Amino acid sequence: MTQRWPIILFALIMAALPLIPDIPPFWLVLLNNIGLAALVAMGLVLLTGVGGLTSFGQAAFCGFGAYTTAVLSTAYGVSPWLTLPLALIVSGLAAVVLGLITVRLSGHYLPLGTLAWSLGLYYLFGKLEFIGRNDGISAIPPLEIGSWRMLDPGSIYYVIWAAVILSALLTTNLLDSRTGRGIRALRRGHVAAEAFGVHTARAKMLVFIYAAVLAGLSGWLYAHFQRAVTPTPFGVHASIEYLFIAVVGGAGYIWGGVLGALIVIVLKEILQSYLPILFGGQGQLELIVFGIVLVALVHLAPGGVWPWLTNLLPFKRRTARPDTSLQLPERPAAASPPVLLQLEGARKQFGGVIAVNDVSFAVKPKEIVALIGPNGAGKSTTFNLITRVLSSTAGRITVCGTDIDGTTPQDIARLGVARTFQHVKLVPDMTVLENVALGAHLRGRAGPLSSMLRLDRPDEARLLAEAARQIERVGLKDQMDQLAGSLSLGQQRVVEIARALCVDPILLLLDEPAAGLRHMEKQQLAALLRQLRDGGMSILLVEHDMGFVMDLADRIVVLDFGTKIAEGTPDAIKTNPDVIRAYLGAAA
Amino acid sequence: MNTTILLFLLQDGITNGAVYALLGLAMVLVFAVTRVILIPQGEFVAYGALTYATLAAGHKPGTAMLAVVMGLVAFAFDLFAARRSWRMRTLLRAAAVDVVFPVLVCALTWSLAGRYNNIPVNLILSLLIVAAIGLFLYRIVYQPIAHTSVLVLLIASVGAHLALEGFGLIFFGAEGLRGPAISNAMISIGQLQITGQSLAVYGITIALIVALWLFFDFTLYGKALRATAVNRLGARLVGIRTSLSGQMAFLLASVIGAISGILIVPITTLYYDTGFIVGLKGFVAAIIGGLISYPITAAAAIVVGLVEAFSSFYTSNYKEVIVFTLIIPVLILRSLAAPEVEEEKD
Repeated sequence: MTQRWPIILFALIMAALPLIPDIPPFWLVLLNNIGLAALVAMGLVLLTGVGGLTSFGQAAFCGFGAYTTAVLSTAYGVSPWLTLPLALIVSGLAAVVLGLITVRLSGHYLPLGTLAWSLGLYYLFGKLEFIGRNDGISAIPPLEIGSWRMLDPGSIYYVIWAAVILSALLTTNLLDSRTGRGIRALRRGHVAAEAFGVHTARAKMLVFIYAAVLAGLSGWLYAHFQRAVTPTPFGVHASIEYLFIAVVGGAGYIWGGVLGALIVIVLKEILQSYLPILFGGQGQLELIVFGIVLVALVHLAPGGVWPWLTNLLPFKRRTARPDTSLQLPERPAAASPPVLLQLEGARKQFGGVIAVNDVSFAVKPKEIVALIGPNGAGKSTTFNLITRVLSSTAGRITVCGTDIDGTTPQDIARLGVARTFQHVKLVPDMTVLENVALGAHLRGRAGPLSSMLRLDRPDEARLLAEAARQIERVGLKDQMDQLAGSLSLGQQRVVEIARALCVDPILLLLDEPAAGLRHMEKQQLAALLRQLRDGGMSILLVEHDMGFVMDLADRIVVLDFGTKIAEGTPDAIKTNPDVIRAYLGAAA
Repeated sequence: MNTTILLFLLQDGITNGAVYALLGLAMVLVFAVTRVILIPQGEFVAYGALTYATLAAGHKPGTAMLAVVMGLVAFAFDLFAARRSWRMRTLLRAAAVDVVFPVLVCALTWSLAGRYNNIPVNLILSLLIVAAIGLFLYRIVYQPIAHTSVLVLLIASVGAHLALEGFGLIFFGAEGLRGPAISNAMISIGQLQITGQSLAVYGITIALIVALWLFFDFTLYGKALRATAVNRLGARLVGIRTSLSGQMAFLLASVIGAISGILIVPITTLYYDTGFIVGLKGFVAAIIGGLISYPITAAAAIVVGLVEAFSSFYTSNYKEVIVFTLIIPVLILRSLAAPEVEEEKD
């Protein structure tokens, strides 16, 4: 279990604050504003810091939430509590529509796309008749419980901060789950995540909608706190401010959003009230100082203040080791087909370059096949064809008798093919255990909702147990709780193997597994691979260490310039004249 | 709508579009070389235009002092960066660029302002001042964090934008300014009336685009910039100083921004904060060009200008909405046509 007492302590302190005698109401207003901004920033943490999708449009979602309740509660007299679900649904639906357009955009198009519709929506808010154009809507009714009307800042304060703490809890739960691991893998690119069955497009959409709903909640609260809405707080400047609240606090950390809101809003307040006293009332001095402080903060702590603060704390988070006695159901031992993998004339062309030229070979059950060849021979491309990262130009590839043409990488993982990557694709700021557990993604069931509500714990415990078992199997038990990025390159490759084993594969594809390993480690790896084969798994590996390959492989396929030039037992390959020519050049 | 209005709208759209094209090109340039999304581009526009207008009114622009102050800060940064290896040449170069250059420009401005009030002098002074500000902006804000992510650079951009906008208010006040036209000629072709200013806008835009093309394709510095844009590490390994590339990109962008400002300030009144929206429209064009392609960006900018002109005629209320949602169909097309490609992120 994660530690709950800091959150409980925080909640108690926040609950006690308004009870301080003679606390200026102005402070409560400030705290309310911090809470409202923290909600939006928390969504951005998930979207931008964790998921890697930068959005310039969060304030627009606040607008959807705020205007929904403003229109319904003023023009139609609907109770504010009834408009809450509607406000959330409207922001969520807006996120679905805008997300369908933007989430698929890659790289820098995504933030630019959000900037575009954010600007468009801002002007739209200011032009539409039924939401009052630039004048907005005023006289919005306050929240009420029975006869208690929350008119003063001290009463709606409780609603706002309850929403903040509840959202923080739900978001923390979401990230610490099967779905959360998929989301956290997004920032490192989609290939690795998809190879283990994560639907990256769906995961992106999920965080996009989640962040929008949090922003919508903030907008709903804002409308009933200010009791008037105008387009200004929902414009691009506001969106940008939310973004830097998240970055200042620490874009990867949920509480960083809250801390960032505190820092930015208090700083702005201080600047606005004290600078004119110091320098006279001239100009927008606070804007200048604010801008300069922002640049300085980014220079000094590009990772944000929250991680910097938590590093100062003397104690570290304890993490409980998973109970490895729990078992996941294994792949049903179906009548194993005579051939696991069959390539027939597989071909891949990039423009005029033929990377893989009509290659045919097969992998049978309980067999270690090595794919070797000089650099640029098309080995990794062949892997990418088999795992559907690339689609082949021509030819036929079948896995367990299924033609994989038109399938997705996730389907390949489901068929029982797991892989490692030539360039390690781990999430460096996740622990080894979490990285490996990503491999078991397809063997879990829990969805985002059950994760948020912690109904996923039995499922999650089984996944973590499986991950822990595989880590022990590859000999990295002592590194289980370390961050994957802190391991040596050789160890990271072994972590990738453990992650692949979590799929419970029938065919393991290893891309240069021995690169960066020391002699002893290579021997241990060879022993592990033999043990896996004897346990019924087949392995296809690309490797440059010939001693390793010749010792281990049952059969070797040699590629040169995309074409298969030889296939046979290690002894036959060693003496094959074509292979010698490919590696050493034409013999004189 | 009759032909006169049609021709007028066309001309208006193309004139604005040409300015957006310049801004879009500058943004593409800066993004490609430094990965910075140049939100302060709008400030370059406003500073250029308002410095020019202030000089034309016979006053001394505060931006000249800002350039000196930023130069001194940049010099401090250079000294700090060089603290481990004091080399006379680097120090002299830093002193010349960071201190002597802005001080000279400022002194020149102070002595000429109000006395020799003619258009070429004002124009050159404005360009020099804004160029210095652009150069030092890169040195101070972006160069120390050049290796960080696009997001962090973007946040720094926001900070720079806010600070520069605040300075703009102090220097130029909240009132809008207009500057004198570069040319007051008026040519009539049938119903079409073409102002000399529009012709100047077209001419300068085309000249700048050709100059950029020549620079990037036929000079060593241009090629060094392109190399940096493709691969920073590779460029460094072959001896290109990427910090120099960044400074060059910012220098070009600030000059282009200032020229755009000077071109439009006779046509519309500019305020200290107008630059942001003008810059964003250039940005729309840059996005349509994918932040990669110069010709598509230029063409898109003309389209943005035309759409703006026609939508302000038909439905002026929704002008901005239409301009900014123009990108969305483009983005949809892009995401349909080019599926995501995996990129190795640091």
